[in-house]
Amino acid sequence: MAKKKFVVGCFDDEAVLFPAVKKVRTSGYKIHDVYTPFAVHGLDHALGLRETSLHTAGFIYGITGTTTALSCISWIFTLDWPLNIGGKPHFALPAWVPIIFELTVLFAAVGMVLTFCYLCQLAPFVKKHHFHPRATDDLFVMVIECTDKTNVEDLKAFLSSNGAVETDVQVAEEGWWLGRYDKDEMMFENKEIVAA
Amino acid sequence: MHLKYESQLREPLVYGDKNYHQVTEDIVRPIEAKPTKLWYIGFYISVALLLFGVYSVYREVTYGIGQWNLNKTIGWGWDITNFVWWVGIGHAGTLISAILLLFRQGWRTGVNRAAEAMTIFAVMCAGQFPIFHMGRVWMAFFVLPYPNTRGPLWVNFNSPLLWDVFAISTYFTVSLLFWYSGLIPDFATVRDRAFTKLRKRLYGIASFGWTGSTKHWQRHESLSLVLAGLSTPLVLSVHTIVSFDFATSVIPGWHTTIFPPYFVAGAIFSGFAMVQTLMVIVRKVFQMEDYVTIGHIEAMNKVIVLTGSIVGVAYLTELFMGWYSQNKYEGYTFWYSRAYLFSPYGWSYWGMMACNVLSPQIFWFRKMRRNLFVTFFMSIIVNIGMWFERFVIIVTSLYRDYLPSSWSVYYSPTIWEVGFYAGTFGLFFTCFFLFAKYFPVIAIAEIKYVLKTTGEGYKNKMGNIEEQKLEDFVHEQAHH
Repeated sequence: MAKKKFVVGCFDDEAVLFPAVKKVRTSGYKIHDVYTPFAVHGLDHALGLRETSLHTAGFIYGITGTTTALSCISWIFTLDWPLNIGGKPHFALPAWVPIIFELTVLFAAVGMVLTFCYLCQLAPFVKKHHFHPRATDDLFVMVIECTDKTNVEDLKAFLSSNGAVETDVQVAEEGWWLGRYDKDEMMFENKEIVAA
Repeated sequence: MHLKYESQLREPLVYGDKNYHQVTEDIVRPIEAKPTKLWYIGFYISVALLLFGVYSVYREVTYGIGQWNLNKTIGWGWDITNFVWWVGIGHAGTLISAILLLFRQGWRTGVNRAAEAMTIFAVMCAGQFPIFHMGRVWMAFFVLPYPNTRGPLWVNFNSPLLWDVFAISTYFTVSLLFWYSGLIPDFATVRDRAFTKLRKRLYGIASFGWTGSTKHWQRHESLSLVLAGLSTPLVLSVHTIVSFDFATSVIPGWHTTIFPPYFVAGAIFSGFAMVQTLMVIVRKVFQMEDYVTIGHIEAMNKVIVLTGSIVGVAYLTELFMGWYSQNKYEGYTFWYSRAYLFSPYGWSYWGMMACNVLSPQIFWFRKMRRNLFVTFFMSIIVNIGMWFERFVIIVTSLYRDYLPSSWSVYYSPTIWEVGFYAGTFGLFFTCFFLFAKYFPVIAIAEIKYVLKTTGEGYKNKMGNIEEQKLEDFVHEQAHH
């Protein structure tokens, strides 16, 4: 994937971050992402992200589990190998409720977690570019993608005036690659762009 | 926008004037420090117990179930008692993380990570007992329904024992996923502060390349909420199904409809007691008194006195029904085999009553709920009591059945039965010691999320908000 140039502004308080997000967006800049140490409620709306449909996926996985359990058990107990258990009906629905329920939950949970990992591209041995190491500690890191027309210095000054405690410019790969966190593969450069 | 205001009347959940960085420092400190001598001692004792358990199981597998003192009458003894006991303990974690999340109980954030870990380890221990009780453990996979060359001969889907297979394995899987998905962001925190290459590499693998992107957090929130919603009925179903192992039989003392709610209450009761045992130690050893506060301990003690009393009501209801049903077998089991102090196992019934029903009543007193020594002592007592409960249910119902010629009074475990039980303690604590050393024992991101609402430093400033005019307050909050 191509490398892109980003302007990074770090905020140390979410109360400062929110107005800054609003201002940056209304000024016409494209926010690539905001990296936060915890789930900041309302930030997704402030960034204009749409609601996630993960829970819908969960529902679909759940009913898949229900149908799997119901169809398998009923096929086994009525067609494949009908067992005579004390002369009771072969189609013993109440007795199957526990297993049907458990499989519903199992399918929904496993499916959702796998979907979550797929959507967020999370897996062991996956490495991504981190714009700031303190983004998982105490900094809220706003990353703005630069276009040809972006004046980097102006943007940095703009971020600082809106409360950013630290700003810099990074050229980075935005996807993920297989890698180890102890080895710097340097698929990105982290240096100041000197205005010519 | 989340309202950052909470009444000052509520106790802070995080003591001290902390900021986000301080939270990271405090929780990651034990991971980055060298283990103490105490840790090594505890860890080696656990490993020794585990090895003894492995040897006990080796004897059982090699020489057969005859290594245990079970007989034809008392076919379930220590093994199934221990199974139900461990499964019960494994209920608090998911209860704390799922049900209390849905009920918006802020105090869950301090204890959920450790409680979930405890759940997973307890379920691992529980699973050993039915598996090895099968005798020919190398055929344990026969309990799974898979197309086979024996017909195919399927498992019996109408049997509560098979429901157990599904319930316990689903519970274990879902708890593990719930726990690990919460751990990913915290592993990323540890990774980004790592100071050695190995540490950076291992936590890099464990954190799945987490960056903290807003979209990822949004999905993460949705995932946690739905998993909580799924786990809530799941946790209730698991012990319900365990109780079906007994309730769907025709043995007096087991054949009762009260079992599902009674077992679930008992499970929460013993689970919280085990959380208390561990948290009282963990908060002391890792100096986490600011995060697992006395308020957390008190909240859990309230749950203990509530569920203990529910269990007490269940015991009395059983006794009442033993008389009211006028069924002589029921009456004999409840009023002679159990409640009569001088019957062969009467001591276990009264031990259970004293530990589970009478002694937790001490927690009606606020002073006692907030006393660490009393809490720790009571947590042990409750777990002894809950072990007795399962022993009472299983053995007192079995030892005198419908046919007096097959009555058996003699049941005391062999050293290998006890060794197996001790071995699961070894497994549990080995896992827990490793967890406490290498994992963030408190959910870092979740603490940060509630810090500005419930942190002491922020709470003290809320007096200003309370004096504010309503219009100003609305204006300030609506600013974003």
